[in-house]
Amino acid sequence: MTSARATFFHYLAGHRLQLLVGVCLAAGSSLAAVVPPRFIGEIIDSLQKPSARFDDVLRLALLIVVFAAAEAALRAGARYVMLDASRKAEYRMRNDLFAHLQRMHLAYFQHQRIGDLMARMTNDLTWVRQMMGPGIMQGSFTVMVFTFAVLSMISVSLKLTVIALILMPLASLTFWYIGRTVHQRFERLQSQFGDMSTKAQENFSGIRVVKAFSQEDAETKDFAAVNYEYFRRAVALSAMQGLIWPSISFILGIAVLSVLYVGGQDAIRGELSIGSLVQFVAYLYLLQMPMINIGWISNMFQAGWASLGRLQEIFNAVPKITDPIDPVTAPIQGEVEFRGVSFAYGQTIELHDVSFKVPAGGSLAIVGPTGSGKSTMVNLIPRLFDAQQGEVLIDGISVKRRPLEQLRRAVGYVPQETFLFSVPLRENVGFGLDEKLTDPQLEWAGDVSQLNKDVEDFPARYDTMIGERGVTLSGGQKQRAAIARAVAKDPRILILDDALSAVDTYTEAEILRRLRGVMRERTSIVVAHRISTVKDADEILVLDGGRIVERGSHRDLLEHGGLYAQMYRRQLLEEELEVDEEREEHSKRVKAEADEGPQLGMRPRLGGIGGEP
Amino acid sequence: MMHGGGGHGGRGNFDEDEILGKAYDARLMRRLLGYLRPYRGLVIVALLIILGISVTEAAPPVLAKFIVDNAIAPAVNGQIDIDEGFARLAPLGIAYIAVLLLGSGLRYAQTMLASYVGQRAMYDLRVQLFAHLQSLSLTFFDRNPVGRLMTRITNDIDALIDMVTQGVVAIFGDIVVIGTIAIVLLVLDFRLALVTFAALPLLIWLTMYFRRIMRDSFRSIRIRLARINAYLNENLSGMAIVQLFTRERASFQQFDDLNTDLLNANRGQIRAMSMFFPAVGFTRAATSAALFVAGGFWILKGEMTIGTLLAFWQLVDRFFQPIGDLAEKYNIMQAAMASSERVFRLLDTTATIVDAPHPRELAHVRGEITFDNVSFAYNEGDWVLRDVSFKISAAESVAIVGATGAGKTSIISLISRFYDVQKGRILLDGVDLRDLRQDDVRRHVGVVLQDPFIFAGTVASNIRLNNAAISDQQVRAAAAFVNADKFIEKLPQGYDTVVTERGSTLSVGQKQLLAFARAIAFNPEILLVLDEATSSVDTETEHLIQDALAKLMVGRTSIIIAHRLSTIQNVDRIIVLHKGRVVEMGTHRDLLAERGVYHRLYELQYRAHEPSASA
Repeated sequence: MTSARATFFHYLAGHRLQLLVGVCLAAGSSLAAVVPPRFIGEIIDSLQKPSARFDDVLRLALLIVVFAAAEAALRAGARYVMLDASRKAEYRMRNDLFAHLQRMHLAYFQHQRIGDLMARMTNDLTWVRQMMGPGIMQGSFTVMVFTFAVLSMISVSLKLTVIALILMPLASLTFWYIGRTVHQRFERLQSQFGDMSTKAQENFSGIRVVKAFSQEDAETKDFAAVNYEYFRRAVALSAMQGLIWPSISFILGIAVLSVLYVGGQDAIRGELSIGSLVQFVAYLYLLQMPMINIGWISNMFQAGWASLGRLQEIFNAVPKITDPIDPVTAPIQGEVEFRGVSFAYGQTIELHDVSFKVPAGGSLAIVGPTGSGKSTMVNLIPRLFDAQQGEVLIDGISVKRRPLEQLRRAVGYVPQETFLFSVPLRENVGFGLDEKLTDPQLEWAGDVSQLNKDVEDFPARYDTMIGERGVTLSGGQKQRAAIARAVAKDPRILILDDALSAVDTYTEAEILRRLRGVMRERTSIVVAHRISTVKDADEILVLDGGRIVERGSHRDLLEHGGLYAQMYRRQLLEEELEVDEEREEHSKRVKAEADEGPQLGMRPRLGGIGGEP
Repeated sequence: MMHGGGGHGGRGNFDEDEILGKAYDARLMRRLLGYLRPYRGLVIVALLIILGISVTEAAPPVLAKFIVDNAIAPAVNGQIDIDEGFARLAPLGIAYIAVLLLGSGLRYAQTMLASYVGQRAMYDLRVQLFAHLQSLSLTFFDRNPVGRLMTRITNDIDALIDMVTQGVVAIFGDIVVIGTIAIVLLVLDFRLALVTFAALPLLIWLTMYFRRIMRDSFRSIRIRLARINAYLNENLSGMAIVQLFTRERASFQQFDDLNTDLLNANRGQIRAMSMFFPAVGFTRAATSAALFVAGGFWILKGEMTIGTLLAFWQLVDRFFQPIGDLAEKYNIMQAAMASSERVFRLLDTTATIVDAPHPRELAHVRGEITFDNVSFAYNEGDWVLRDVSFKISAAESVAIVGATGAGKTSIISLISRFYDVQKGRILLDGVDLRDLRQDDVRRHVGVVLQDPFIFAGTVASNIRLNNAAISDQQVRAAAAFVNADKFIEKLPQGYDTVVTERGSTLSVGQKQLLAFARAIAFNPEILLVLDEATSSVDTETEHLIQDALAKLMVGRTSIIIAHRLSTIQNVDRIIVLHKGRVVEMGTHRDLLAERGVYHRLYELQYRAHEPSASA
């Protein structure tokens, strides 16, 4: 647990040399900026002397150019060095945030919405960078230009300095007041923006009801009312915001006038030269930028700091599933055992005292109604979640004592909701491999998952891009790609979590037949709704309400005449309904999959394992 | 038509092609300016004010010249005495204050006008866009994710407001200021004005040069940022897969590559950005140095006053400032052009379901519905309904049953004319739905959808739905009729209780009752109820719903997609759909006796849910 302040300095400290150089350059530039007014004053004064010489004017003008060049060069340097440091800090921060999120447990992503995390890593990071870059840079320029300009002004005339700056407290007060009111009105505008968005969102989501009840006009009227209030508040905001620039130029103008007026009188009396007066006014102009910038900088720091706080929340989140301190690294054979496992997600108990054992190379199937805890059960094996009670063991050793990497490498997992990445299909299949997937491996994985025949029709076969920028796969194709991905890992333990639901029964049978060959030496755990998927497993567990209510082989369970037998009867009925048209349906689906799939593209969900933790 | 509106959702906000756009497109600009036409009076006033501002912008340095030349210098040089100098100082000071006040006032007025007109015009555009979206058919909403439409109507239009207020008006203002000051320079001193203008090519070249660099780097940054955000979004969403397949290192490496790429693009931009403002500043300083040299030369020759030189020195700043600013406004324009293109594309999407040019009037509706060889597909060739024919007489109640995907929902959607059929026709009292006004049809057809949508508002407003013709009493009567009154009266503010779709104030069952009340309050001749199995409703509410459903069906044509046995037992007739075809039709008893598809469906879907009814 660190504070936002510590984080702020941590990232700045990484570039302290660069920042120090930047501040020095800024100081040099600000110093160079206060010199030319002196020469301007001298030019003006020399022009008034009868003995004036053009050479003097030329010499002084050249000096102005020299100092202006120095100022510009130093300023460019300062800007570059400081902005560059902030970009580097942003880069490091973005990497660190990503790396940190990679270590977070799955429940964190379910609790913290992706949209919210995205907003933090984009908007908030931008604000923090603005604070660290332009904020600090302008801040240093403002402070230094202000200091040097005021010191120079005092050197010309203390009286005029006092007169010029007498308005400063008034100016600050004015800006403070305007700033506060702007802020309030901005908040009011934002909240109306939220209302307007909500209204639109509600309407678009409920468009069926709107149309069914012919509410289009009434809804438009409603929206117009919300929109009108937005318009009103936006104008109210402008009414305040619009004051800023005119009042700055007015106050500065008054300062210039007072200086001209009082200084003019001094000049008339001969107490001050015209050149000095001009020099003084030039300093006043230098003050213009800092005056405008103060409000802007303070906004930037306020917003940046608030954003930093939100990023800090990410940094402070603690990964709940981590590597053990004293890991057991013995090779994994594949025996899976649950010993009195209970798991609750929030208030709801998902698993209740579940125990079973699958020998290495054995096969286990899990069936049960929706929400009975099937997915939860298999999620505990690769430690997507940790059980609150009891133990999940592999080869007799708790999964919590294995290095995460070794554990997960041994498990091939096909989630309920398929998630593929927007990369070529080949890369999706080889996702779990360190080396590049070889062609024979790909061919083999594609055969087991029955993906090869679909791929023939893709524009670039396995090199076809997947997702929005490429082809959209049908549900069945996605599931098969996910199976290929899991199989390509050559895992000791293969888990299919309802992973054949969108595959037609013919293809399913083909896949299962091939998997049986592949899995002869390996452990397989299959969650399914269809009896056809599970009937050949060594053991079948029937789950209901988080408890194992029946267990045994297909034959045993049918004889038992319980929940499983009931499911079986229902599915026979369903098949009767289907079977007449199954063949026609099958050929149609194969064709449809070859064409572009349905509209649902790759909607990013939580790795497809969202619904049932 | 919608380009790229393929409905693939998900990452809409991070599309690369959506971010890029031209900074200026005459066609879009003309169309956008069209929205200012209703406010042209105010626009003209704003333009006149800009002229005034440009004068007040140029005046103070000129006044300063008179202060120096007419008051201070003569007094210092002894041409006039001190008191006379003081006396001349006073009126000039007052004039100076007057100009300052006027300038500030005008500037404020101009900001207000620009903001008022811009906001108002965009208010119009927003309402127009919203109304247009209301007219589009459901196919459009099926294809366009809500998030994308929201971005159009909120953020995109806000970008357009910025363009009107800060872009168009400000650029015009800048140009006028530049012109006015140029004239003042020429009038003050022709020769010095030429010296000033000599710097212009350099300044313009600088601005153009950096603008080009900025544009290119802006593009490459946006592309890289879009890439990194898309990658981030995908990897956060698929984090479970990344972890399960132990891809953390590889995926981090890729992220780092993208991030480095972005860093490099940013550094390129920083190099340009760091140079630009100092370069402009130097040009300005060098120009004033040149002015001092040239001015000094002529002053020494006695051909020019010090005041004139000083006026030039001050005016140069005011002259160059807006030129440098033009580069900055480029970003605003670019963002806005891309937005306006997207907004207009949406506005140009035509509705696929429109009323006939000369619709048939529907004075009195009996409620007879006929499907005449109807075939329908959401997507070309993928038939959901095939050659469906049936006739439902007025006041008859019919249940449609079938397995998931049999096409039941489509029938409801077609009767409400959410979609048009591809083959055959649907008749209401013998008239083709396409010959009737959509409004007319929907006024007589009440729909209760599966997901009873709750609008933000009160319970009463959710029953009345903006229809002022429905009195409070009618609202209460409707609620009482469908058994919703009991739970409503128990709510903290009764009918005035605030409810929202997301706010979990109401249970699923309560929402359903509310939807019944909503349907009945409109007293339709035809009632469509989509009542497929929803998640848990407690037994008490379940009874209320069943009772309400039975009452609703009395005396009006009712088509119900039912999951409750009690409902299908009560209807006059059952239509059995299977894979988009009507396979059986008849009463519950008859169909059961037939032992066909219905019998199996009944075994599968209904019996299990109604233990009491098991034979």
